[in-house]
Amino acid sequence: MRILVMTKPVPDPAANAERLGPDLRLDRAASPSVVNGNDEYGLEAALQLVERLGGEVAILTMAPAAGVETMRKALAMGAMRGVLVADDALAGADIPTTIRVLAAAAATQEFDLLLGGLDTSDGAGGAVTAGVAARLGLPLLSAAALIEPDEAGRTVRVRRLSAKGYDVLQAPMPAVISCTQVLGTPRYPSLKGIMAARSRQITTLSVADLGGDLLPGGGQWPSRVLGVQPPPSRAAGRTITAAPADAAREIADFLAERRLI
Amino acid sequence: MPPTLLVIGEVADGHLTKLSAEIATLAAGLAGSSGGTALGLIVDAAPDGAAAELAAYLPRVVSVASAAAADEVWAPHAAAEARRLLDEGVTHVLAGVTNDGRDVAGLLCGALGWGVLANAAGATWEGERLVVEAVVLAGKAITRSTVDAPSAIVTVTPGAADAVGSGAPGRVESREPAGSPVVPAARVLERVAEAGAEASLEEANVVVVGGRGVGGPEGFELVDELAGLLGGVTGASRAAVDAGWIPYARQIGQTGKVVRPALYLSLGVSGAMQHRAGMQGSQNVIAINRDPDAPVAEIADLFVVGDLFAVGPALSAEIRARRGG
Ligand SMILES: Cc1cc2nc3c(=O)[nH]c(=O)nc-3n(C[C@H](O)[C@H](O)[C@H](O)COP(=O)(O)OP(=O)(O)OC[C@H]3O[C@@H](n4cnc5c(N)ncnc54)[C@H](O)[C@@H]3O)c2cc1C
Ligand SMILES: Nc1ncnc2c1ncn2[C@@H]1O[C@H](COP(=O)(O)O)[C@@H](O)[C@H]1O
Repeated sequence: MRILVMTKPVPDPAANAERLGPDLRLDRAASPSVVNGNDEYGLEAALQLVERLGGEVAILTMAPAAGVETMRKALAMGAMRGVLVADDALAGADIPTTIRVLAAAAATQEFDLLLGGLDTSDGAGGAVTAGVAARLGLPLLSAAALIEPDEAGRTVRVRRLSAKGYDVLQAPMPAVISCTQVLGTPRYPSLKGIMAARSRQITTLSVADLGGDLLPGGGQWPSRVLGVQPPPSRAAGRTITAAPADAAREIADFLAERRLI
Repeated sequence: MPPTLLVIGEVADGHLTKLSAEIATLAAGLAGSSGGTALGLIVDAAPDGAAAELAAYLPRVVSVASAAAADEVWAPHAAAEARRLLDEGVTHVLAGVTNDGRDVAGLLCGALGWGVLANAAGATWEGERLVVEAVVLAGKAITRSTVDAPSAIVTVTPGAADAVGSGAPGRVESREPAGSPVVPAARVLERVAEAGAEASLEEANVVVVGGRGVGGPEGFELVDELAGLLGGVTGASRAAVDAGWIPYARQIGQTGKVVRPALYLSLGVSGAMQHRAGMQGSQNVIAINRDPDAPVAEIADLFVVGDLFAVGPALSAEIRARRGG
């Protein structure tokens, strides 16, 4: 089983310091970078599958050259090698460009499954994984809560989260899967993993290495942020510290006043 | 050239979803203010009911009876039908921020190379450009963005517009399916509903939410009881979902559902940014938390400092008492 996981470096949500810079683009210096949460859930699922079935897990990232630092974290979890597309021409790339570049880079690799996140915690576009499937012409199994390949049958089954629960999907491999938190908690890298990650190979590719016309706008993206403002603040509420029975009465009064009971 | 906006309608249990009705209202408004037009698309095994519902908001709805939509995933088929309609001069495709809506948006973006304006909470024209507002960075900022191109794909969050019919029902046009999906469509072997899934969180007037503070699956009995008394639906924070106390379908927040009820009542939820992203449109917010410094205090109209295992049952008793036992 060969699994390629698209891993995007994002600001660490735990640092809670995400912000836009003066150019209205994400200020990458403001927070430490980590692998996007949903990509990590996919990576964990991939590692478990390969532990069981044999094979290889590789990661694919499009990022500035410093992206290798974040990729090491995924390698320390157990991914065996990485492919980084780094190119100055990609600074601030928009969603269709990201899709074209990742699809072209994935096409240079051999894989049975291509995993990405359902969305990212910084951009939250939630479009890239599906877009890559469209570029590659592969089946898309989205919002995965469980991934079960059947190597003998060359098919994969996925539990896809639905509004009411989940649907069980099946498609031939190779296929593209978008991953969610329900796949399970990712492992912490072991010390051994961290050591091993240092010597694992990260191949860096430029846009020219990928060939094709990936930057039709010549590196000018039509998508732009025009302005940014803080979210509206809510009017200050009332705090109740009374004993439970009194607090309950006050809540009930509030509900009655607003005709909620 | 005036814009043509295409609304990707979604169907649940044979009916148009509330979000699709909101998006249709938004699109009709955008068409009206630009001298353009808006049309809707319904792709379903039995599309007629939902197509008629969508036509309450839009002058024209294309209804595709797709047998494949019953036993294959929907998005590749819906995207193929949407692509067929582009020939009619569609400039903007609008889909909901749902798993299906985002799949259609992503597939179309990959297939067409159009720019994406994601998570629109509102949209207006500035000259010929469509400008959308979106909450970004886990709620820390609101951006105004545009695509400097004649065409774009827009994904829309719940609450971007209130669903209001146009007053004059539009025309429904039935079509045969295009045949080939934009990517090979996976087969649906089974559809599984989790317990409690009948009640829709998004449509509920009252949502009662349990967080890590409820301490375990049993803690949700208290949450369920209050939800029952208030005629509401139970929701959860991600911490409670990740702990396995309640299914993911109940999660509210950035990576869960977005709710805008008349009343949001939480027990043992700290009120992290990512949780707020799913509930900040609620009209009335009550939070019970034993930590006086919990961030949820910032957004609660009524912030009750206390142990949920004491205040919760007291509140149940009080509501029952006021109703005469
Ligand atoms: C990318 C990303 C996406 C996320 N998406 C979501 C999302 O969609 N939804 C979501 O909810 N979270 C989401 N999160 C997680 C979020 O950041 C918080 O970790 C989560 O919301 C915390 O859940 P909680 O409030 O239940 O738990 P905690 O933060 O642990 O809070 C528990 C609260 O319960 C109180 N408490 C404990 N015992 C009692 C008691 N007996 N009586 C009264 N109060 C008590 C405590 O004082 C505390 O305030 C996301 C995080 C990331 C990084
Ligand atoms: N620059 C990138 N490098 C690697 N993977 C990416 C990148 N951008 C997006 N992805 C993948 O696409 C998924 C969805 O991203 P998005 O559509 O931006 O929310 C992510 O979770 C990643 O798996």
